[in-house]
Amino acid sequence: MTDYKRLTKDGLWSNNIVFAQLLALCPVMAVTGTATNGLGMGLATLFVLIASNLIVSSIRHFVSQAVRIPVYIVIIAALVTLTDMLINAYAYELYKVLGLFIALIVVNCAILGRAEAFASKNTLWDTLIDSLMMGIGLTLALVVIGAFREILGSGTLFANADLLLGSRFGFLEVTLIPDYKGFLVLLLPPGGFIAVGFLLVLKRWIDLRLSKDRTLPLESAGCSVESHG
Amino acid sequence: MTLADIRDRLEYQSLLLGAVVLVTCAVLAFAYQLTREPIRQALENDLLENLSQVLPPTLHDNNLLDSQHRIQAPWGEITWYQATLEGKVTAVVLPLTAIGYAGEIKMLMAIREDGRIAGVRVLIHKETPGLGDNIEISRSPWITGFNGKSLSDPRPSGWAVKKDGGAFDQFTGATITPRAVVGSIKGALEFFEAHKAAFLQPAPTTGDHADD
Repeated sequence: MTDYKRLTKDGLWSNNIVFAQLLALCPVMAVTGTATNGLGMGLATLFVLIASNLIVSSIRHFVSQAVRIPVYIVIIAALVTLTDMLINAYAYELYKVLGLFIALIVVNCAILGRAEAFASKNTLWDTLIDSLMMGIGLTLALVVIGAFREILGSGTLFANADLLLGSRFGFLEVTLIPDYKGFLVLLLPPGGFIAVGFLLVLKRWIDLRLSKDRTLPLESAGCSVESHG
Repeated sequence: MTLADIRDRLEYQSLLLGAVVLVTCAVLAFAYQLTREPIRQALENDLLENLSQVLPPTLHDNNLLDSQHRIQAPWGEITWYQATLEGKVTAVVLPLTAIGYAGEIKMLMAIREDGRIAGVRVLIHKETPGLGDNIEISRSPWITGFNGKSLSDPRPSGWAVKKDGGAFDQFTGATITPRAVVGSIKGALEFFEAHKAAFLQPAPTTGDHADD
């Protein structure tokens, strides 16, 4: 039996695609100007991740070792194109926001990575759990980075959420800091690196605090994070 | 012979790759057929929505999509639309492109037959968030300041941002973007003036021919 608790913990926290594997950084930097964009990109990636990994898992006995990479890439690319066409046709408002970035999903090495490392060796059911958790972990990471940049960069949270989720979710849009002049650099691409850097430090720090190894006095925790690089 | 034996043979691998490509292509072709009409519809609605932003509905009673024409403008070949009210040409709508701070700024503009601007909107741009993006109607009403303006109001020397001695506001920290927008709108008005005859010529009833 597979340990679902471990799969869940891996996907959401300890082996998180962004904060632990440091994969998918290209789409991460590109779309996380707002929490809403992060959420939209995360959900689109989640869909492609689950669908492609399920297909890879179901044909895993038929795929030869030598040609597996092109086979996976063709499947992923086809699913991304499919997602792109469907969003364009049935959610045009969302397409106007995310359109340019949907194609970026295909270069998200995390998807190929999961296909290669997990789906090609495991049953359909385990693959479903793994890609679901990995995808949710990625989505959460994108939302957190997006929220970080949006709050500090423009003083709002979940701006334009109604475009993504429909007008029912308009209440999510909040202006946290009225008359905020904005902190431009966080909205520009360098801000993505700065935000991911700070959030990585935060995650490492929490990991350190939670770790069973209590030999280090807590005050020195900050220093030892730095020395870990 | 087991599956594991066959899997390592070259013929099997080639056939497998071919089969995967064939199946994915078939799925994509099917999806393309399925989504082609909704995508066309979505693009058309989007265009109509944009057109209605720059052109007041009281100015025309024709379907603008049925009166498209093409012309070579200084900023590229464009598709423009002729608005008519009870058979008389009242305005034209044309797209324009300015080169801003971070690339192209795509706009849509309606000019009344007397040369006054009915409306301008920025459709696509890559200007700096928080500075140059005040050209968007959702960020600032700045772009509506062009309504009613023409080549004689303000005078030609006034067709510039205030920093350059003109009549139009720039934004704090961003001069290049509004300068580009003002310049390109002026260019469009001059282009309209120079080709007024072609723009205002009432299209014969062949106007509803399908564009290819």
